[in-house]
Amino acid sequence: MPERLVSGLRGIGHRVVDGIWRLGYASRFFLLTLLRSTTAFRRFGLTVREIYFTGVLSLIIIIVSGLFVGMVLGLQGYETLQKYGSSEAVGTLVALSLTRELGPVVAALLFASRAGSAMTAEIGLMKATEQISAMEMMAVDPIARVIGPRFWGGVISMPLLAAMFSAVGVFGGYLITVVVIGVDAGAFWSQMQSAVDFRQDIVNGVIKSVVFGIAVTAIALFEGYDAPPTAEGVSGATTRTVVTSSLAILGLDFVLTAFMFTGI
Amino acid sequence: MENLVEIKDVNFSYDVRPVLKRINMTVPRGKVVCIMGLSGCGKTTLLRLIGGALRPTSGEVRVAGTLMNDLDQDGLYEMRRKMGMLFQFGALFTDLSVFDNVAFQMREHTDLPEDMIHDLVMMKLNAVGLRGAQHMMPAELSGGMARRVALARVLALDPMLIMYDEPFTGLDPISMGVISELIRQLNAALGATSIIVTHDVQETLKIVDYVYFMSDGAVVTAGTPDEIRNSTAPFVHQFVWGEMDGPLPFHYPGSAYAADLGLGDARA
Repeated sequence: MPERLVSGLRGIGHRVVDGIWRLGYASRFFLLTLLRSTTAFRRFGLTVREIYFTGVLSLIIIIVSGLFVGMVLGLQGYETLQKYGSSEAVGTLVALSLTRELGPVVAALLFASRAGSAMTAEIGLMKATEQISAMEMMAVDPIARVIGPRFWGGVISMPLLAAMFSAVGVFGGYLITVVVIGVDAGAFWSQMQSAVDFRQDIVNGVIKSVVFGIAVTAIALFEGYDAPPTAEGVSGATTRTVVTSSLAILGLDFVLTAFMFTGI
Repeated sequence: MENLVEIKDVNFSYDVRPVLKRINMTVPRGKVVCIMGLSGCGKTTLLRLIGGALRPTSGEVRVAGTLMNDLDQDGLYEMRRKMGMLFQFGALFTDLSVFDNVAFQMREHTDLPEDMIHDLVMMKLNAVGLRGAQHMMPAELSGGMARRVALARVLALDPMLIMYDEPFTGLDPISMGVISELIRQLNAALGATSIIVTHDVQETLKIVDYVYFMSDGAVVTAGTPDEIRNSTAPFVHQFVWGEMDGPLPFHYPGSAYAADLGLGDARA
């Protein structure tokens, strides 16, 4: 029995030490990415190319999802608000929900599963096929040439996608509540205009999406760079990217919301 | 003759597992030298030490007089601009065309105008016979073509030292012959020095000047191709002539055959 206990404790210890080591390695990787980011800005074409792959190619899923989320919000909001005789406030509800929470969070979750997983798989396969080693042997720093532009491409894309998600969501809410149900268009827009504060709602939403963009892109790139160079290694890393990014988004959202909107 | 690469008393371990043991080796400038041995004997590790991708646990690795062990990243990258390495399966950048793969280093390390880069890339591709494939993507190339494009990429900045990591693996006989001829011809044309890591004996012995044989992390013998062919050392003889049994037994060590068949203490 004591032997099993010791073995169990040793196993836990190993996992804790491994976890701390990996966290340290990830932090070092993140710092190196920031320090060697000059290439991403000096040769901005490389970053623009990544904005295309992570941002532009994610537009379809973001727009379609935003539209549906906005329409559902409109339906649910109208259903609830009309019981209290304030169905005109549905525009406010849709806009605040999207700019403060759903826009940044859902767009980031979609970004993690669409662009994040693609980034991890791409970097992991580059490693497995020795493309990263070849680059190092050609005296080209892969952190500066491959990781940096992808990181900044993701960080720039994320708030733009979140803004797009929120805008299309508001339009979806308008379609359902004003065009289909018949809520007064003037009330819908004017209540929204008076209730949504630029600094409190829009800017905070943008800050959230930037933070999520940093988290998702850093996780995706690290997982790809650290992936064992095998088929199982790359598939495991891709799965970890989606799971870790999703949890990070939800955790960070709670922390940011606590600071931004409740004054903790 | 001056040595371009000098390896002196090099030991290397992954954690506590020794991989290379007291390696001493020299590669004269202008020669094609081969390092042969079984898979896992430490050949590729040695190549990575020469390229500075790994640092020895003890000993010295010098390239063109520069001690590779002590270089920081900038120094290492400065040295690597004078080296080229052909990876086992080419390691072409899959998102770039053949032309862009060959132009990659020129664009990264020089300020040459694009029309000059175009001419240089055409010359490199012409040298490996693939000028007509300049617009193709790596996924469209056969294994032999990919290896030739990778060779053209290696030559991009006219390196003084070219390292080949298993350049013949997975190639058909024609492609293998083409690659081996190119290695020999390009080494002479560029005035470069080449190190080939391989276990393809017959193809390699046709083109190299000197051979080092490695086994279990140590150099066990060395000589010219003729000396290697005529060697009576049991390990070299078994390796060169592909004999099934010898110092390296056919059977991996294990329990008695009879015991594995459940015959108790019957015949072994």
